[in-house]
Amino acid sequence: MNPSPTPVQELVIEPGRAERHYWRDLWRYRELLGFLAWRDVKVRYKQAVLGAAWALIQPVVTTVVFTVIFGQLAKMPDGGIPYPLLVLSGLLPWQLFSAALSGSSGSLVSNGSLISKVYFPRLIVPLSALGVALIDFAIVLALFLGVSLWFGTWPTWHWLALPFFIMLALGAALGAGLWLTALTVKYRDFRFIVPFLLQVGLFVSPVGFRTDYFPSWQPLLALNPLTGIINGFRWCLLGGNQAISVEVMATSVIVVVLLLFTGFRFFRKTERGFADII
Amino acid sequence: MSAIIVENLGKRYEIGHQVHHDTLRDALMHGMRRLLPGARSRPRADREEFWALKDVSFKIEPGEVVGVIGRNGAGKSTLLKVLSRITEPTQGRVTINGRVASLLEVGTGFHPELSGRENIFLNGAILGMSRAEIRRKFDEIVAFAEVERFLDTPVKRYSSGMYVRLAFAVAAHLEPEILIVDEVLAVGDIAFQKRCLGKMQDVARDEGRTVLFVSHNLAAIRQLCNRTILIRQGVIHADGATAPLLNQYLSDGEPPGKTSVPAPDPDQLHRAYVTDVAIETLEGKPLAAIPVGAAWQVRLRVRAVTRQRDFVAAVGYTESDGTPVQTSWHPPLELMPGDHEYVFRQDKVVLSVNTYLMVVGLTSAERDIQQFRFGRIEIMPAETQEYFQTTSGVGHVLNSMTSQYRAL
Repeated sequence: MNPSPTPVQELVIEPGRAERHYWRDLWRYRELLGFLAWRDVKVRYKQAVLGAAWALIQPVVTTVVFTVIFGQLAKMPDGGIPYPLLVLSGLLPWQLFSAALSGSSGSLVSNGSLISKVYFPRLIVPLSALGVALIDFAIVLALFLGVSLWFGTWPTWHWLALPFFIMLALGAALGAGLWLTALTVKYRDFRFIVPFLLQVGLFVSPVGFRTDYFPSWQPLLALNPLTGIINGFRWCLLGGNQAISVEVMATSVIVVVLLLFTGFRFFRKTERGFADII
Repeated sequence: MSAIIVENLGKRYEIGHQVHHDTLRDALMHGMRRLLPGARSRPRADREEFWALKDVSFKIEPGEVVGVIGRNGAGKSTLLKVLSRITEPTQGRVTINGRVASLLEVGTGFHPELSGRENIFLNGAILGMSRAEIRRKFDEIVAFAEVERFLDTPVKRYSSGMYVRLAFAVAAHLEPEILIVDEVLAVGDIAFQKRCLGKMQDVARDEGRTVLFVSHNLAAIRQLCNRTILIRQGVIHADGATAPLLNQYLSDGEPPGKTSVPAPDPDQLHRAYVTDVAIETLEGKPLAAIPVGAAWQVRLRVRAVTRQRDFVAAVGYTESDGTPVQTSWHPPLELMPGDHEYVFRQDKVVLSVNTYLMVVGLTSAERDIQQFRFGRIEIMPAETQEYFQTTSGVGHVLNSMTSQYRAL
């Protein structure tokens, strides 16, 4: 092998110095990010016999249940949208969020052996956990497209805005995930908080109903960033049938940015101690 | 320009009791207790400081191969963790010039469900190789590990030997300027260990890399490193040429990788158990490693709780792969309750330089009582070994058979 004529890099290790090269290191380790995400996806689909079908069963069952409960029994207003489509379009971002959140919040502890043996920017671990969520999301999105065509709803140009809302959902999950995963390293209790949070969240977020028929509740609902995200998804996926409120949207974006910012700050602050206590 | 400069490095841990709250409830309770009147004035006995490293300074020049030795808990691993940036130092400064790869464990990040091929890529990426680099070396890695036929089998189906070979093969093909290695050779079969040592030697000597090598395997240190650093209780105790330093270390009687005697099971507490095991010279001086040709003995202390009929104490040692080399039993005795001592003396057989694992066992008339592995028996090259240079052969036992000759 020819030694590559790379310039000698000087690395200084000092207390409190980890910050200096953080972004550069994050960029240098981008391939590791890809590999870890790829590993999670591969392992997930290798172990499950039903493989991808598994990602479909859950939303299908939930859609049926919610359609019956909210649509048939509670007779919530559907605004002229077939109820299954309404539920599925809400479930899509919800599942993306919940999978990304539970993945990232448990990521540090489940990768503990890596963290205590190898250096890399720790942020890579929760980031890579988003990969599995995205793959599952893609599968459900395909399901949605099929169902939507079956109901005769064709994609409109609104679909072009979908990536923005996907990013927003991932941002919300990562923001909360950074908090939770860093806390879980120290206090293992936080592992039990996540399922509880997700269980409550599924009903507090407008997955099974639409918010534009409850104007008085809007400001309160908007504090949950998922409200804006789900409304955004419906706006993208259901054509013109879903109004989008600027206030709700703005609140969601602000809450997500706040979550991300504080989550990142907290993660960075506690990060250097991870290897010592994990 | 030095490859590694370490200046006044220190790493403090808070060991403790309440300091690391495993559950939130503990943290809350602890916090509340501190708020109670009077509680605050109490000294914080729960915050015990412990310096794993203190005022450590040294310089390593490019191309140097340096060994780091010291007993368990001396701070070797902490030093490597700081140098590998896994944990931050509490004080001091390290400057590293060049690309570093550290190998604190073989097979870090291996996933049992993934195939050999997939794990090569994953592990390579974890160790800091780029995808292109791994692809370039892929065939070499597979050939070194000898796993061609099982490349697409999940590694959970691998034998432990194959697993370790694959893991080391990936690590061995890193091309850093500075390589930091922690005791990774303590795994795998002897033949593979030799090959790993050879590979490391190539890396160090022929390719001119800087290597920092931590090991309990003093023979490996002697073979690979021209300089050795001895760490004791977080402080550099000695730093210099390997041969004299190792001899000093050995005569200091600090057992390498000393393993403590396991606590007796409840069952053994009603019968008998070992309270102490020591390897020493015939004069009773503790030995860390045994120079080739020197006589040595194992002192075994046993506590009998009840009367033991036909009690047998045994000491043996195996190769590091478990192959028994020698086992000795003391003839059956009746032990009365109390403390007893056995001494097993080895003054006849001269063993070759190697690391053996000791096994200690107790049985009584009815049943086995206790059996455990105890540390290592380290046989070291001796300073003066003229005798063996002339008569020793190759193999575990160096003594010559008596030979006779007559002309016919």
